[in-house]
Amino acid sequence: MATLFGSGIKRREDPRLITGRATYTDDVKLPGLLYAAILRSTYAHAKLKKIDVGKAKKAPGVAAVYTGVDVKDKLNTVPCAWNVPNCDLKVPPHPLLATDKVRYVGDGIALVVAESRAAARDALDLIDVDYDSLDAVIDPEKAAQKGAPVLHTEVPGNIAFTWKVAGGDAAKAFAEAAVTVEQRIVQNRLLPTALEPRAACASYNPGTGQLTAWITSQNPHIHRFLLSVMTKLPEHRIRVIAPEVGGGFGSKIPAYADEALVCFASMDLGRPVKWTEDRSENYKATIHGRDHVQYVSLCGTKEGKITGLRTKVYAGLGGYASTAAPGIPTILHGLMYSGPYTIPNIDGTVYGVYTTTTPVDAYRGAGRPEATFLLERMIDLFARKIGMDPVEVRRKNLIPKDKFPYTVATGITYDSGNYQGALDKALQMLDYKKFRSEQAKARKEGRYLGIGVTTYCEICGLGPSQVAGAVGFGGGLYDSAIVRVYPTGVVRAYIGGKPHGQGEETTFAQIVGDEFGIPVENVEVVAGDTEATPQGWGTYGSRTTAVCGSAVKVAAQRVKEKAKKIAAHLLEASEADLEWKDGKFVVKGSPDKGKAFAELALMANVAWNLPPGVEPGLEATAFFDPSNFVYPFGTHICTVDVDADTGTVKILRYVAVDDCGPQINPMIVDGQVHGGVIQGLGEALQEMAVYDEDGQLLTGTMMDYAVPKASQMPSIETAHTVTPSPVNPLGVKGVGETGTIASVPTLVNAVCDALAPLGVTHIDKPLTPARVWAAIQQAKGGKR
Amino acid sequence: MKRSITLHVNGVARTAEVEPRALLAYVLRDQLDLTGTHIGCDTSQCGACTVHVDGQAVKSCTMLAVQAEGREITTIEGLARDGALHPLQQAFWEKHGLQCGFCTPGMIMTAADLLAQNPKPTDGEIRHALEGNLCRCTGYQNIIAAVQAAAGAR
Repeated sequence: MATLFGSGIKRREDPRLITGRATYTDDVKLPGLLYAAILRSTYAHAKLKKIDVGKAKKAPGVAAVYTGVDVKDKLNTVPCAWNVPNCDLKVPPHPLLATDKVRYVGDGIALVVAESRAAARDALDLIDVDYDSLDAVIDPEKAAQKGAPVLHTEVPGNIAFTWKVAGGDAAKAFAEAAVTVEQRIVQNRLLPTALEPRAACASYNPGTGQLTAWITSQNPHIHRFLLSVMTKLPEHRIRVIAPEVGGGFGSKIPAYADEALVCFASMDLGRPVKWTEDRSENYKATIHGRDHVQYVSLCGTKEGKITGLRTKVYAGLGGYASTAAPGIPTILHGLMYSGPYTIPNIDGTVYGVYTTTTPVDAYRGAGRPEATFLLERMIDLFARKIGMDPVEVRRKNLIPKDKFPYTVATGITYDSGNYQGALDKALQMLDYKKFRSEQAKARKEGRYLGIGVTTYCEICGLGPSQVAGAVGFGGGLYDSAIVRVYPTGVVRAYIGGKPHGQGEETTFAQIVGDEFGIPVENVEVVAGDTEATPQGWGTYGSRTTAVCGSAVKVAAQRVKEKAKKIAAHLLEASEADLEWKDGKFVVKGSPDKGKAFAELALMANVAWNLPPGVEPGLEATAFFDPSNFVYPFGTHICTVDVDADTGTVKILRYVAVDDCGPQINPMIVDGQVHGGVIQGLGEALQEMAVYDEDGQLLTGTMMDYAVPKASQMPSIETAHTVTPSPVNPLGVKGVGETGTIASVPTLVNAVCDALAPLGVTHIDKPLTPARVWAAIQQAKGGKR
Repeated sequence: MKRSITLHVNGVARTAEVEPRALLAYVLRDQLDLTGTHIGCDTSQCGACTVHVDGQAVKSCTMLAVQAEGREITTIEGLARDGALHPLQQAFWEKHGLQCGFCTPGMIMTAADLLAQNPKPTDGEIRHALEGNLCRCTGYQNIIAAVQAAAGAR
């Protein structure tokens, strides 16, 4: 039988999705359902003088109106769950509804519950709020300066933490360096924009004391835990169901006040309550991503050897510290400063800064794109300064393939890699030399072609739980699976992860199918319901296949070990004499004497004839805790044609060579790369959350925030190399975020390369035509 | 003041009591329980709510339910006929044209309208036709491939 592992079979989740038969959170409808709406601050920073909910309470169909004062003694505040150590982290209280002060446009002020969506929404307009406006501060660098408006009295300078990473002796490296390049880089603030907005539907039964909450969640077990903290309801009384989830990209990791308020309302009213964001609410009330101001220096030799990297980063956190926020610009960012290179001396400082904006948390790539971008951008600047081909500079500094496991200056150890292999393959696919000669020719004709090459590696497959504890992550990072075999030989795998588009209902069934020699149709993967699934930590950080998939593999192996005992008993042979062949345990040398998986499943479950001491049933649970993170890598290359008159960037080709180890389903892997790259190109070319000086979100709807459209984006060419990871039994690495991590610097470097003859060295993304044009004018010495 | 309207949805006459301001998308979802039509924005950009009204692709968040009185409406639930997937549904499945699936119903309904008008579109024409349907997961590449595959299968 051909193995399922490695086969690009069609996805098993698709039939319900393409026929409209899937159930997303807002599709849940319960008898007696009430609808909630949340009044949100229209000011970025203000004292709340008075909130008058009298009219709203009397409005038709309104069941209840709650303000911050109403709930503050009944509920706990919103927790921050990544308490990064050794950085003097200050997390002021984050009330579920504001009581005395609002800190961003979108901060919750009151919750209305009514008989219909429209009645709830109408009642919001009847609430009278008297604000006493305070100064806003948007830019994290400015918010960290003396005299900036202060958000929290507990944090006088707005600086939530000062985190440092160092290895080697950067001061010495820079003092002795022949060449140094410096650049200020802005990581534009982004709106994650999962197509499905957040929603919650809570149903509390006062008779049983049980709460069931349907939530748009990437990590239902984390939400059960944190809902328990906020609602004060014991964890065993809470069942969280994340049904179909319409994309997350990090935005459905955090514990938000809103979902807890919906639970509280259901508990208070004894009726089910549902709340669903609309998009403009989502853009204000759901976390944002990125938002760094970075000062970066890189030094090296004239021969192209990089000797040091120094950073000073202001990372905007928004009005409050969201669930994982402190860990994103630190652990997941600064520790990756060496990238795929042997940079011996590194010194970084990251300031986490409160600003009067929507909280910032994990967004696809989460910290690593901001690290890869600064590094790749600096390497191109360095290459240009020493007059060396940027590919050559990368080659001189890549970690050699025979040096793994390799410990970089920031102290982390990469599992495996063959960076040169991916680079060679990508250069060959694109025909780098040919493009360089076309570029030279075009330049003579006054056309501006450019090429960007990114060699990246990233940290994912989060991660060893011991490390999670050491870096202040408020949970474990193992994951789990129960593999349960039914009497008829069909299987369900209950997993701790929560796929929301990544296809693990298919890929995990491939793992199980191979282990038992059964068709993939005989395996169902169940995720998202805390009542059914074992404790897990969710789907983010490109961890689900490497960690949860490994748990599935281990659980299936345990099942098979038991099946083997039963087979030996039934065949009257010793286990040592059995071998697994074509879906059967057979006696070595007597291939006709065997027991198929289905026969063993039946006997285990009816238990008529089991070996002495073997319990009935056929299932196993595994909790897999990896020994290290995984470090996928690759090379992305983009070629562009820039119109110097209009600043318009046209992508000519985009080549992505990624190495995520062995691929369970290559079709799904390519899909992850496509989506990731385009999301990164959105960041590089057009996406940016823009606030005005008063803290109003100007890109507050999809009319203004430039989510990439089909007509704006190219097709990309994908290829892969395969370097297994030694840290899990599948050898796999993650691929959910690589595209986003690699594509942003690839595009920006290509444009800067195109405009090199005009003297353009750097343009802050997104590279809109206006920005590109302005950079050209500035380089030419003209007016902007 | 609610009023009673009758819509012909997926070949069946359906009556609903609606507020005059109620959008077709919400009536389909909340009152007729056709939750395959999704709502991903409030400014008619995302296209997740696209249905067919008298055979034409329409963003159902942009139309009042009362405007649909007496009209033929097809939603994603009504696209498969006699137990067989529509060629576009089949092609989206074959070509991995979806990940989270939230945009997919609208994407398929818009693509069906395109192929009705232009049975052999170029990639560029498909990309242009799908401008009003946003997908955050796939990067569009496999969606284009799926629409091409469906066009080829006709």
